[in-house]
Amino acid sequence: MKFREKALIMDEASIRRALIRIAHEINEANKGVEGVALVGIRRRGGPLANQLASQIESIEGIKPPVGVLDITLYRDDLTTLGPAPIVHRTEVDFDVTGKVIVLVDDVIFTGRTARAALDALMDLGRPRRIQLAVLIDRGHRELPIKPDFVGKNVPTSRQEIVSVLVKEIDGEDKVVIEEVVR
Amino acid sequence: MRFDRRKDLLGLRDVEREEIEAVLETAVPMKDIITRDMKKVPTLKGKSIITVFYENSTRTRTSFDLAGRYLSADTPNLTVSTSSVQKGESLKDTIKTIEMMGPDVLVMRHSLSGAPHYVARNTSMRVINAGDGINEHPTQALLDMYSILERKGRLEGLKVVIVGDILHSRVARSNIFGLSKFGCELRVVGPSTLIPSDIEKLGVKAYANLEAGIRGADVINVLRIQKERQHGALFPSIDEYRELYMVKPEHLALAADDAIVLHPGPMNRGIEISTELAESSRCVVNEQVTNGVAVRMAILYLMLGGGRDEIAC
Repeated sequence: MKFREKALIMDEASIRRALIRIAHEINEANKGVEGVALVGIRRRGGPLANQLASQIESIEGIKPPVGVLDITLYRDDLTTLGPAPIVHRTEVDFDVTGKVIVLVDDVIFTGRTARAALDALMDLGRPRRIQLAVLIDRGHRELPIKPDFVGKNVPTSRQEIVSVLVKEIDGEDKVVIEEVVR
Repeated sequence: MRFDRRKDLLGLRDVEREEIEAVLETAVPMKDIITRDMKKVPTLKGKSIITVFYENSTRTRTSFDLAGRYLSADTPNLTVSTSSVQKGESLKDTIKTIEMMGPDVLVMRHSLSGAPHYVARNTSMRVINAGDGINEHPTQALLDMYSILERKGRLEGLKVVIVGDILHSRVARSNIFGLSKFGCELRVVGPSTLIPSDIEKLGVKAYANLEAGIRGADVINVLRIQKERQHGALFPSIDEYRELYMVKPEHLALAADDAIVLHPGPMNRGIEISTELAESSRCVVNEQVTNGVAVRMAILYLMLGGGRDEIAC
């Protein structure tokens, strides 16, 4: 399948401004970031969690610990997919028990990834509280899951594809809506 | 061929390098699961894996059993010694009976070479060979390769020597088939009566002298002397074998500086490997056991984790 860029939703500067705002919101909601840790959902949640941690550090002077979660083994659609998807490592090298964990992902759509991430995270320990931060909320939820922190709400049709690009993986920071070229 | 589209895993002879790499890479996150407090993921919930062993086993069977359970599959065991096989039921009828109960995967060990291949052709269940006679033991070779990769950081170009009864060893054969796909320099060492005469056709160099075979090796894989397969008096005595072929710390000194020693277990200490070497930090026999569970989790995940209509054959 080939994709064509239909619209630019966010550029590098607007992504940075959104992350700065979310960093302030995380700080405010938790009355500081003592006991707060960020866990990015692979793949693009990882770099976004790192960027958020840096923004929090420049506000509060404390950099919260950052981990990455691979949710492949917790997906609910494995048997409806083609071949078994590649499994990567979960790298959370701090104890999540008793902490406020902010899950970070690029896009929330059906909510099924967030559900899988909640299960994967709770198998690592018992966080005091779990919050969810996403750069884009594109609607179409299939589960009763609502993010706590949102960079931008983007109304979409189900056929459209929202792609978040990050420097660490894609060489640039931007958010675009794509469509399939027939 | 992609590993996750195979119906069966019968041997490494016809498995491609890319498929082996997929297993070895997937085993890394699987090993993380084994080492954490909560040793279970929901991935294979609703799948069942039956182990049917016509030969004795401690580690392979338990390893498959736990690998399945850590992935939330059900893992019943058929104990052949207390089954209807003892009442004279044929292999074909036993397998059909198991198939009708609905398991997804049959893990099978048999003393006859080719038995799992015969079964695989006659059942819709996916079949994993857990050792057939003197033919292959693919999951052992994959865990050996994982253990080497973990310690050495690579497989490409390593000098690997296998010591012992090569003739009766399914572990040796699977290791040779697997490692040769990664450009390893392969050697075997043992009494000439226990080395197949045409082994060099597999690209393997044969040595009768232990010191010569071990010199410069990166990996020494010591095989168990399988008393159950020594019917033909192919070597004079256990004492003579020990004298000529028991691997000891002084042999390690001839190998590469950071050489490691593997053993598929169970070890006959003081016959093929000295106790001192078995206890040394260069001997990875205990890591091999843990890695075996991780590698089998990877295999089960790749074979059962995706959609079923993707299976090619």
